[in-house]
Amino acid sequence: MNVSRAEICVVACAEAWRGDGEILASPMGTVPTIGARLARLTFAPELLLTDGEAMLIADVPALGRPARVVEGWLPFRRHLALVTKGRRHVMMGASQLDRYGNQNISRIGDARRPDRQLLGVRGAPVNSLNHPVSYWIPRHSPRVLVERVDMVCGVGYDRAAAAGPAATRFHGLRRVVTDLAVLDFETPDRTLRVRSLHPGVTAEEVRAATGFPLDVPSDVPRTRPPTAAELRLIREVVDPDGLRDREVRT
Amino acid sequence: MTADKRMTADEAVARLADGMTIGIGGWGSRRKPMALVRAVLRAGLTDLTVVSYGGPDVGLLAAAGRIRKLVTAFVSLDSIPLEPHFRAARQRGGLELVELDESMVMWGLTAAAHRLPFLPVRAGLGSDVMTAGPGLRTVVSPYEDGEELVAVPALTLDAALVHLNRADARGNAQYLGPDPYFDDLFCEAAKEAYVSCERLVTTEEFTDEGGPQTLLVQRHCVTGVVEAPGGAHFTSCAPDYDRDEAFQAAYARAAADPAAWREFVARFLSGDEDEYRAAVAATRRATRRREAS
Repeated sequence: MNVSRAEICVVACAEAWRGDGEILASPMGTVPTIGARLARLTFAPELLLTDGEAMLIADVPALGRPARVVEGWLPFRRHLALVTKGRRHVMMGASQLDRYGNQNISRIGDARRPDRQLLGVRGAPVNSLNHPVSYWIPRHSPRVLVERVDMVCGVGYDRAAAAGPAATRFHGLRRVVTDLAVLDFETPDRTLRVRSLHPGVTAEEVRAATGFPLDVPSDVPRTRPPTAAELRLIREVVDPDGLRDREVRT
Repeated sequence: MTADKRMTADEAVARLADGMTIGIGGWGSRRKPMALVRAVLRAGLTDLTVVSYGGPDVGLLAAAGRIRKLVTAFVSLDSIPLEPHFRAARQRGGLELVELDESMVMWGLTAAAHRLPFLPVRAGLGSDVMTAGPGLRTVVSPYEDGEELVAVPALTLDAALVHLNRADARGNAQYLGPDPYFDDLFCEAAKEAYVSCERLVTTEEFTDEGGPQTLLVQRHCVTGVVEAPGGAHFTSCAPDYDRDEAFQAAYARAAADPAAWREFVARFLSGDEDEYRAAVAATRRATRRREAS
């Protein structure tokens, strides 16, 4: 069976929510959105999903199609309450991410006059201190995976520890899914390690695409491919228009 | 009878002054009080401190150099992730940015609405928002937990500008879309609030379109009411209208080139609100003709 890199990434994103139970899955970006919907349709049926605006949806529509059934109301103000209650696992993007999981989506360059102004911190500080956070990086490169981020928006393990118990109490980074590999922070010093390499990707490729030294064990496993049932759901139900291929090069 | 607070957008803005701290309602490119923002541009108000979940309101004011200091968590056009005028202003060092987390903006407005000096939150600890603004401090819980949390300072506003679907002449206002955003908080955090609306209704008419929970803004914190049909254009104002994506795309494209932006300003932002609406309608007709031929 011919499986694309984007489809590998969809399943890797879906796996981030495995075992989370009855919480809100908040995917940012196309591939994580397909992943969250796939997880809900298969091994994580308890997950809550939104329409991307103010509604919790009871059905799982294809990407870009409206939901038919609304099960709840979640305007921004209630969303922020849910975040602080901790019943959520977000997968955010990252313009920069360092080895401790500090994330930047605000700016490149200095605070007064940045080289590139990006989005701003958005909800990254409140997210990272209150509930599980994962990251999706569609283009694994040394410009994204950097030694130091220019502004800490999402808080990494070193910065949370330095800020004290109120910061570490609900802090936890789960996965970093890129177009090359799945990474996590399950190391003694809570720094990034490769959890699995996507099929066809070498350890050398991942090291070369990372802006800090990254140890890749020789026995690192391969990211699992989708099952036949998952592949059908991705291709026919959740993403029939193939939007996943616009985010991940084949 | 309570006062009739109806006024024009220009009359509302004439009550504001240079250097004020102004809160702007809505969220990103959603239900922004754009007619009031256009009136601020016309009135020449400058040196402003703006508090906003930023969208093209911030973009237009930044492009005209009216913002001295911006307090926000983001500036986005939603369907176009990065606001080009805001980016350009920042990259030329053209405005001071106080970056707060999305929830910190809400709690800062809430503190102001409750006349409290601050509210404690977990958000912000360990992140660079602690140093991005001047002097964010922490506060230690006096109870057994002893947690050290961020003290978000009150975001007290001189004035708030918001746009809702319906309002009466006394200043009660109703939202009919899926999300109230934070427009009630902006009004409650401000010394004066100006509400524009798609349609002015009698108080009795409110119940025709929504239940009591849609009556978001109460008259005791509203100074002026402006009837402004299309007053959120080109942002969305559900259910009255969606975002004008074609117009927003043209706005963003024009930002890339000084000559194109001068032309955009000449065509859309050099007259009053009626002329703005006429120019938008003319552009739509031209697009339809092009598509038909």
